[in-house]
Amino acid sequence: MTGKLSKQQVPAGRGDLPMVRAEGVHKSFGQVEVLKGIDLEVRAGEVFCLIGPSGSGKSTFLRCINHLEKINAGRLWVDGELVGYRQQGDKLYELRDREVAMKRRDIGMVFQRFNLFPHMTAVENVMEAPVQVKGVRKADAHERAMSLLARVGLADRAGHYPSQLSGGQQQRVAIARALAMDPKLMLFDEPTSALDPELVGDVLDVMRDLAESGMTMIVVTHEMGFAREVGDSLVFMDGGVVVESGRPRDVLTNPQHKRTQSFLSKVL
Amino acid sequence: MTADIDKTAGPLDSPPAPPQPVKAIPVRHYGRYVTALVALAVLAAIVYAFSQGKINWQAVPDYFFDHRIMTGVGKTLMLTVLSMLIGVAGGIVLAVMRLSKNPVTSGIAWFYIWFFRGTPVLVQLFLWFNLGLVFEYIDLMPIYKDYWSNFMTPLLTALLGLGLNEAAYMAEICRAGLLAVDEGQTEAAHALGMSHGKTLRRIIIPQAMRVIVPPTGNEVINMLKTTSLVAAVQYPELFRYAQDIGQVSGAPVEMYFLAAAWYLILTSVLSVGQYYLERYYARGSSRRLPPTPWQKVKANLFSVGRPKGGMA
Repeated sequence: MTGKLSKQQVPAGRGDLPMVRAEGVHKSFGQVEVLKGIDLEVRAGEVFCLIGPSGSGKSTFLRCINHLEKINAGRLWVDGELVGYRQQGDKLYELRDREVAMKRRDIGMVFQRFNLFPHMTAVENVMEAPVQVKGVRKADAHERAMSLLARVGLADRAGHYPSQLSGGQQQRVAIARALAMDPKLMLFDEPTSALDPELVGDVLDVMRDLAESGMTMIVVTHEMGFAREVGDSLVFMDGGVVVESGRPRDVLTNPQHKRTQSFLSKVL
Repeated sequence: MTADIDKTAGPLDSPPAPPQPVKAIPVRHYGRYVTALVALAVLAAIVYAFSQGKINWQAVPDYFFDHRIMTGVGKTLMLTVLSMLIGVAGGIVLAVMRLSKNPVTSGIAWFYIWFFRGTPVLVQLFLWFNLGLVFEYIDLMPIYKDYWSNFMTPLLTALLGLGLNEAAYMAEICRAGLLAVDEGQTEAAHALGMSHGKTLRRIIIPQAMRVIVPPTGNEVINMLKTTSLVAAVQYPELFRYAQDIGQVSGAPVEMYFLAAAWYLILTSVLSVGQYYLERYYARGSSRRLPPTPWQKVKANLFSVGRPKGGMA
């Protein structure tokens, strides 16, 4: 496992920028305020776990990071650049769709419901973005896709359509698809929540392997075992705010906040 | 993973005797025999009535492959294909406009659909034909200038009338198809860095096609029949030619039967094409493609003589 940094309080310990920085991020859907001021930092190479009850805003926050949701207040940076906006002087300009798309290339996302493209085979799913977005030659993309499928243990399923794969296999294809764009940051939105219990392990194995390779990962999850084992930092969210954060081991075994205690007592 | 299954196959060492097939006398549905007999009797009566009517049936085969009829068939097919192309292209544009966030574009699309769906095609055809009352000239400044009546040939009237009307219907079909694609697909494509246009072209439309193709097949069949209306704007096609022959040869009703037979043949051929098109777009959505009719026939041949249960 890559070197674990001691506490989340290391202020840019490596001398470089945090991969993700959030300052007072607010998000409302109509009248409902889902995020009420999120501040946090995710360092490069870190596995950052977000836990909390459903409706606490963790998925929404994740979706804000690659601008699938627009934030209403606050600031959000990925790799030192504002998400969705460009700042000139003290004025903010909204980015064009094309510019947003450009930035999303570097951020892989894995969804709870996989969202594989059902009309394409596994290998076509993985090839799609490199060919269509980056203009990689088909033969090269195919070769790369095959090696990525092999990496997630599905080389023999390359020609299968998503409907012919199990949930766990689909999710691993989805991970390979995200990796095909060589992202510097991977977002996981409850990647195992829609899976049969016995399939969860395969997906977590792939994620563990990815974490060991040094990928920066933000993982919204209910898998406390995974968070404890693989996570470098952990944040407990509830009601749109960060309630507690720290090293996974500390937060999970010795929660300080009442709300965290009652949540964990139900989940663990 | 799959290798584990072998280890757990413990108690199945000696295969048990195969279960006895159920031998039971099936329920007799006497009601079905009665209704079938009644239906056959009515059918026979109708056929008899037609055969005894004052219709010179011999005229139908005589003119069936008449060169005028063949020209008519060709023109009907041409009209169908071209107006459907206009309809599909227009329909996709209108559907995307309808779904646009811009209230002006979606409003215009809404108005278009409202107008063209809400008025009869025949009326629209006449309107196109007589638009010369509004626009005396057609004037594409440097390229082309002429009287509207010269410009608006019967063929163009027919194509515009049918195509633009079709676009309104196709717009609704396409819109339903686009909306039927899960939003997660758009999100996944966007998260991969695909632009709106690429997402639409590569991800959304191919999946929407599954929903769009079956009703579009119906539209094609409908269009084939609707082309008979353009006789009203002086464009000759199958129906018009059949009518003409009927008037000259003194067998008008016979020629209607002939036209009906040709329309039936053409729609039947189109139905077969539609089946294979639907099969193509079903790939990936079901685990196994539905069998082609030929495959079904083969499967049935092999199962002939096997007891099927149910009806005796």
